[in-house]
Parts: sequence; structure tokens; C-alpha cells
Amino acid sequence: MSEFMSDFYKVFIYADRYKMFLEGLRMTLLVSVVAVVLGIVLGLVLAIMKMSAVRKGRRTLLSVIANVYIDIIRGTPTVVQLMIMYFLVFQARAGFWVGVFTFGLNSAAYVAEIIRAGIMAVDQGQMEGGRSLGLSYGQTMKDIIIPQAVKNILPALGNEFIVLVKETAILGYVSIQDLMKAADFVASRTFITFMPLVGCAVVYYVVIKILSLGLNAFERRLRKNDNRS
Amino acid sequence: MITVHNLHKYFGELEVLKGINCEIEKGECVCVIGPSGSGKSTFLRCLNLLEEPTKGEITIGDTLLRGQGFNEDKLRKNVGMVFQHFNLFPHLSILENVTLAPIRHKLMTPEEAKVKAMELLDRVGVGDKAEMYPAQLSGGQKQRVAIARSLALNPEVMLFDEPTSALDPEMVGEVLEVMKELAHEGMTMIVVTHEMGFAQEVAHRVFFMDEGIIMEEGSPSEVFDHPKEERTKVFLSKVL
Repeated sequence: MSEFMSDFYKVFIYADRYKMFLEGLRMTLLVSVVAVVLGIVLGLVLAIMKMSAVRKGRRTLLSVIANVYIDIIRGTPTVVQLMIMYFLVFQARAGFWVGVFTFGLNSAAYVAEIIRAGIMAVDQGQMEGGRSLGLSYGQTMKDIIIPQAVKNILPALGNEFIVLVKETAILGYVSIQDLMKAADFVASRTFITFMPLVGCAVVYYVVIKILSLGLNAFERRLRKNDNRS
Repeated sequence: MITVHNLHKYFGELEVLKGINCEIEKGECVCVIGPSGSGKSTFLRCLNLLEEPTKGEITIGDTLLRGQGFNEDKLRKNVGMVFQHFNLFPHLSILENVTLAPIRHKLMTPEEAKVKAMELLDRVGVGDKAEMYPAQLSGGQKQRVAIARSLALNPEVMLFDEPTSALDPEMVGEVLEVMKELAHEGMTMIVVTHEMGFAQEVAHRVFFMDEGIIMEEGSPSEVFDHPKEERTKVFLSKVL
């Protein structure tokens, strides 16, 4: 027990090391939040590009570009994308933005599929209903399809955010001081591996738990306001 | 009012409409009958361009349905459509379902649209449901709302695509009753239907479609009581 206490002291208390964990958590959350915003904006653009094929009933240049992009992102490991972003695009400079761009661009591919699937899940008759009333494609999208699609999209989008937060644990590969890297650093300083890793796992778990509880509450509210049969 | 000349429609290699010709007068109620797969729905959907014709010409009023300056959204304001599965907007209340299009087209202010919508909903007998949502209504009520929704734009032509096929039997009557009133008021209507009783009673003319063409047409008594074509006889012997 006393060994546990002394380990705990060395890992978290001595030299204010808990601050490193907090700094790391701050970086993890900051990268995640900015990346998810970038991912949603880019994902929306990609989804619209993809949907252009559905509207025209044939492939379009935009849809092909979007498909190739999504295919490449989904077909390569995130950690490889991170290294490429760091060494090739950023020339081994800057920290924070390497993470934001890697995870934002990566997430965009998945978000695009989530948005597309959410829109496609709205019954085809809804588009026909809108168009038959003389509403344009854009008006029907805005007034009829999107409001219904949002309820399909939001839960999956929240899930994507949770996945993204956990995936950022590889940021240490390009020397960004995130939560995982902080644990690494402390371990290398104290020669204690168990305590920093478990500590960092607990912090991740608590953050994810809070996020998913919030998400569940949000989903329940969506369902309560749902008038669909 | 409506002229269709040599209308063809392909879905890929499949030729669904093989040359439809017809003229429909203002105020006429035409029922289209025929076996499934005969192209009835496709024909109807071509009339408001939910399906784009592959070949041929359609004129509604004095607008040719293609070419320069033609606007399909403008056409659809003038040609209402009622679907087999209602296609009401589930996230909007009954009232909003009816007022959405007139407000978006700036035909009326929201207040005017609401007054008009209530009038229409009362007329089809669901005025008391205005604040409810589609999921809370029965099939028959939904279809009557769908009719009111189309009427809100004051269309000159109404298209009905098997409007009672998805309904429980006891609700068919209430929808047909609304349609009958519309026909008596002189609305130009084209109704794809399996309700032979309705066709016999209400239609001015009946089209029998099979294999992508109008095989036989005439007054209800001509088509139902004295069919000329063998295919019509076979079809009618199965459904009557």
C-alpha cells in the first residue's frame, strides 16, 4: 500500500505533475473540438458533393472527387495520415494545427457518410411530395428533407466525436503534448509505467462517459419531440 | 386543357410507355385503369414531370412541358398531385403541411394561408385535426389532408396516383367522397385507380391502359359494359 502511495505521489503530486496531465487533457480536448468542427464543415461539403450524383441520377465530377477522397481516407491508417501531415505537409513544424488538420480531414470522410446516410434514410416520397407542390430541389431540402435528416444524423455525429477524442491518443507520434503523451513523459521520468497509464485511462474514460451521458440525454430529448410514426 | 402526343418513357432499356396520345378537356374527370405494370402511374407522373418523358410532347393549358423558358416548379404549382402513400411531411403539423407551399411561393401571407388552409381542412372534414401531426391521423384522414395540401395552391389540374390503394377498406369511402365532390365542382382530374365503382360513377371518361399504351378509351358505360378490346374484357372479368 505504501508503495502505491509513493508511486501515486511521484506520478501525480511531485513537481506538480498532475498539471502535465491537465495540460495534456486540454490539448486533447482542444484538438478534438476544433477537428470535429472542421470535420463537420468539410463533411457537409463532401456529402453535398456526393449527393449531386443522387440528384442527377448519374456520377458527377464532384461525386467522383468526394468518393475518391473518402476512399483514400478510410483506406489508410489515421496514424499514417498524421505522419504524412506532419512530415510532408507541415515539414515537421507546428504542433496543434497538425493534429487539427489530420483529424479534421479524417473525420470529414466519416461525417460525409453519416450525413449522406441520414439524408438518404428520409423517405423518397418526401422529396416527391415537396417537388409536387412546386418547391425547388433546394427548398425541399431545406424545409422538408434536412429537418427530418437531422434527427438521423445527430446521434451518429455524437458517436463520431467520441471516437475522435479517443483516436487523438496518437498525437504523441508527432510530439504534440496531449494526454497520452503526458502519461508517456511522466512514465519516462519516474520509471513507473502502471500508474501514469492507468491515470490517463481513467481520465479518458471519465471524459468519454460525460460525453456519452450528455449525448444520451440529448437523444432522448430528440425522440420526445419526434412526431414521426 | 391537356394534350399528350406520342409520349414515350424508358427506364434504362425498359420501355414503359410506348406512345401515349390523348386529350383531356377542362373540367373532365378521367379514370385510368389497367393491370399493374401497364404504365398508369408512370403516365401520370410524366404529367407533372416527376418522371421525365423520353420522347413526345405534353401541353397543359398553353404551356409546352419542355424547352426554353419552361419552369417545372411553376408547372407543378398548377398541377396538384396526390400519392398512394400520402407523402405528408411528418415533422410539420397538419396545418403547416397545408400552408407550407403557399407561404413559400409567396402566394399568401402566413395569416391568409392559415385561413385558407382551415377552410380546406374543414371542407375535407379534418378541420379539428389542424394542430395534430400526420402520425396521429388515420390513413383516410391523411389522404384527405394530402388533397387539401394540393388544393391550397389552387391548381387547375389534380392528379391522383392510386389514392386509396394504401387505405384500410373502411376508409376508402371517405376519400372517394372528397374526390367525387371535387369532380362535381368541375376540377380537371386524372385518377389512376383500382376503384371500378368510382370510375363507373364519377368519371367522364375511362382509359384502359395495358403494355404502355391506352388500349381503349370511352365513357364508363362504353368501357365497362361494352368493351371492344379482348384485353379489356379479360382485365374487367378479373376485377369486376
